[in-house]
Amino acid sequence: MALRELSSLEKSLGLKKPNKYSTQGERKVPVLQNSNGPSLTGLVTIAVHLVQDAKRPELLGVSAEQRAVVQQWLEFRVTKLDDCPREEVKNVLKDLNQYLEDKVYLAGNDFTLADTLMYYGIHHIMVDLAVQEKEKYVNLSRWFDHVQHYPGVRHHLPPVVVLRNRFYTSSHH
Amino acid sequence: MKLFISEGNPHCVKVLAAVKLTGVKCDISHVDHEERVVPYLSRPTLPVLLLPSGTHLFTPNAICQYFFEVSGQEANSLCNQWLEWEGTELQPALAQALHLSVLQGKAPEAARALQGPLSFLEQSLSKKGTQFLTAEEVKVADIILWAALYPFMSDSNFMPGDLPQVRRWFERVGLLEACQAASQTVINGKGAALKTFLQKQPVPHSQRRDPQPCNQAEGEDGERVMTEEEVQAATQTWNRGLTDCPSPAKREHPILPQEGKRNVLITSALPYVNNVPHLGNIIGCVLSADVFARYGRLRGWNMLFVCGTDEYGTATENKAREEGLSPREICDKYHAVHSAIYKWFQIDFDFFGRTTTSQQTEIAQDIFWRLHERGFLIEDMVEQLCCQSCQRFLADRFVEGVCPHCQYPEARGDQCDKCGRLINAVELKNPQCKVCGQTPIVRSSKHLFLDLPKLESQLEEWLEQSVTSGDWTANARQITRSWLRDGLKPRCITRDLKWGTPVPHPDFAGKVFYVWFDAPIGYLSITANYTDQWEKWWKNPKQVELYNFMAKDNVPFHSVVFPCSLLGAQDNYTLVNNLIATEYLNYEDTKFSKSRGVGVFGDMAKDTGIPADVWRFYLLYVRPENQDAAFSWADMALKNNSELLNNLGNFINRGGMFVSKFFDGRVPQMELQEEDRRLIAQVGWELRQYIQLLDKVRIRDALKCILNISRHGNQYIQVNEPWKKIKGGDKDRTRAGTVTGVSVNVACLLSAMMQPYMPTVSATIREQLLAPAHQCGRQSVVPKLEADQIESLRKKFGGQQTKAQPEANATPVSPPAPAAAVETHADPERAKQLAQEVAEQGDKVRNLKAQKVEKSVITAEVSKLLELKKQLALAEGKTPEPTPQKGKKK
Repeated sequence: MALRELSSLEKSLGLKKPNKYSTQGERKVPVLQNSNGPSLTGLVTIAVHLVQDAKRPELLGVSAEQRAVVQQWLEFRVTKLDDCPREEVKNVLKDLNQYLEDKVYLAGNDFTLADTLMYYGIHHIMVDLAVQEKEKYVNLSRWFDHVQHYPGVRHHLPPVVVLRNRFYTSSHH
Repeated sequence: MKLFISEGNPHCVKVLAAVKLTGVKCDISHVDHEERVVPYLSRPTLPVLLLPSGTHLFTPNAICQYFFEVSGQEANSLCNQWLEWEGTELQPALAQALHLSVLQGKAPEAARALQGPLSFLEQSLSKKGTQFLTAEEVKVADIILWAALYPFMSDSNFMPGDLPQVRRWFERVGLLEACQAASQTVINGKGAALKTFLQKQPVPHSQRRDPQPCNQAEGEDGERVMTEEEVQAATQTWNRGLTDCPSPAKREHPILPQEGKRNVLITSALPYVNNVPHLGNIIGCVLSADVFARYGRLRGWNMLFVCGTDEYGTATENKAREEGLSPREICDKYHAVHSAIYKWFQIDFDFFGRTTTSQQTEIAQDIFWRLHERGFLIEDMVEQLCCQSCQRFLADRFVEGVCPHCQYPEARGDQCDKCGRLINAVELKNPQCKVCGQTPIVRSSKHLFLDLPKLESQLEEWLEQSVTSGDWTANARQITRSWLRDGLKPRCITRDLKWGTPVPHPDFAGKVFYVWFDAPIGYLSITANYTDQWEKWWKNPKQVELYNFMAKDNVPFHSVVFPCSLLGAQDNYTLVNNLIATEYLNYEDTKFSKSRGVGVFGDMAKDTGIPADVWRFYLLYVRPENQDAAFSWADMALKNNSELLNNLGNFINRGGMFVSKFFDGRVPQMELQEEDRRLIAQVGWELRQYIQLLDKVRIRDALKCILNISRHGNQYIQVNEPWKKIKGGDKDRTRAGTVTGVSVNVACLLSAMMQPYMPTVSATIREQLLAPAHQCGRQSVVPKLEADQIESLRKKFGGQQTKAQPEANATPVSPPAPAAAVETHADPERAKQLAQEVAEQGDKVRNLKAQKVEKSVITAEVSKLLELKKQLALAEGKTPEPTPQKGKKK
């Protein structure tokens, strides 16, 4: 799974030569085999490395503060969202929804690596949400729709239909 | 810039060390663990860094990185790698290890949990060969890992095996002044702060996961595939029919323990008489106990379920004064209120009594004398305020005066509302009696104390055995353990009051027993009011299994104090074997509060017009089993409409309707095929889960099994389309018959499984399944909750809360169904024709969807379909109901 994310990320960054990856341990943590240097382990670590490799530092944030915010959401992705126990999922959605109330992207007005990785990580949850639930997390759904249509992001994942109009009203029943 | 930290939280050591090491200028604010600093996070999260721009950083590693970056030290890939490893590999292991060692006292298991990450660290350090993790100098990764491991590595009792490199590295980092200062400030060198912090944390993930087999089947993706053996076994059971099933036993009072039976005694915490119970009280004790009692009766256990109102004490005296009645009259009045509420909620007690009876006096005094004779009571002097004009000692809440700490003039006898400090009533300056306004005097009076320290070793021995052999919820075990760890102190068992069980000792004439000593004895005396052979239940630990149900605040009295009274009395009492405690139920994200008028109280639930079974269903669905839960109106409407109505109710109605419509009300012949057998196996598997879970009193999880069965059933009907097959040839008609027959059989099983949860609905289904055919399936067993109805209820019970709920507000109200006109519109011929049209239109829509034609076209066809369905419903003489949105439920 993580490997597919990384290969999609490579494509969206326009990296020509695909890297070699393997996985490690039960949790299948990705490992980047580096030809000129030691190997790197961990999704976020590798993703940050790829962005630097592609000379796209703006995707990690343009100020110290924005870089911290990007780091925070990357950390959130791998520590809070991945392996999230079932009963916690709603809280994570609720928090993200609240946070995104007044933001276009996770780091404010600029698209960053945090959006890409959060999108990959939350896709399997969004796919399973009922229409009513997507309406409930309206800010999150809006952000999600935005990111999945951001040029070059959605590679290995099917699109999720996010309805922007309420089309179920109880008068239809 | 402002950094918020809390005591005992190892993550706060990280950020504090980082800020000190980098010298970044920053205000530091100490807050409580429960403080919600970040407005958009639903759980309190610390540490938090508030940046000048107003942005909050709330993950510890990002905060540390930020401090390092602004001081000019950017992290490299190697550092990032350690940080990610810390967050994803080390932290989960640490959370588990801390839980094991600090809260459960299992140090060896904790060391084992950390073995993997620590040996990885050891290897990396020895391979790298530098002084620190990534270089010869300290980087952000060193600080973070050091702080994370601090609680273990600084503990001399921690034995993780041979880790020379890790130890040397840990010492090296620990020499930094910044690290020493940070750990000093946050952890304090003692375990107490850390423990408090950990108690507030959710139970670590991997521990929670293992004993929840039910979750597996809950999701669509995690669907369990039946093996060939399981399918065969299920088919055999099916073929055997009902021949071996015992018929349910009749309840004959008085119920007494029987030789060779499982004899189960259930109590639910005695509600205090002068308060009307709210929903939280109801789910916490009586409703949970009722579900388990009903389940036990279905299982054929020999059950006795007793409860009653707790009536003695200051609060009753006070209430009596307020209402101008005698305490006895107050108790009579409110006991009736309680009884009526529980009756409405269908709580099926074998006996619902009260504590103000002669049996209570007799049994309490007997226990008292036995404790006294055996030297478990001690005398001591207690200083109390006494009002001479009222001629009584004043309980804390009856005194007011000047706070000795902050000089606030209206401090109460137990606490000052201004400075919040706890006060001993005799310390108040210028105290005043709240009843008459006179100045009370300090008078010492002699009181009796239960010598808990003397009983401690006996108690521990019994606890060890009870906790390991019975079912104690995690919170019950934890609270009990923490009480014992803090050491037991003698507890005063007498009070200077009038309304209570009199102390029989002549030296203590005019005094009564303190409620905590007296109230649990109520279980015994209430049973004694039920039968004069009560001792067969209460002095019979060999034959009787005792379950206590309560909310968590009641745990210490049932696990420590009351058992000590009974152990000390040495009369072969039945002690609790299974202690089932719930967490709290909140009301729409706040607390239930009578004084603020927030929340739903037992007597009001009836007035909402929502049937008791729907209340029961929802309260049990959100039962606060592992953590606090919240009651929410919108959620109740959602769960009722989606789970109860569209899933469960829909499935049961469909089976019944097919029987009455297509098969003249008789269950048709069935010829099982592979698919039917697989469904039966799946249902059987869920049933076994249900039994396993309810045996362990996992009430909420077991309810999910019921819903899973009807979900399987709905899919089964949907796939097999009996309404179409019935119109086909002989083979198709037989198939329709089989599917219908299997469905109603499953519905019948469901009615039994639902009985503990929703007794009325269960009875209605059973009636319909056995009733003359033309009635079958015509009545909906569950009402739909409309958005406007729920919204108005939410407003009515919400007190001062004004925060609007967008979902509930924005949904337009459905047009009122012409209820009176329904009967005259019913038209079977037209209905038949419409049913045909609906089926055709449905196919058309599905085809269009499959071909992915333009949305507007589909929408137009869908609205045609909905219109047809509405007409069909009217023609069938029903109010239009929502069609189940198959496939949208994912």
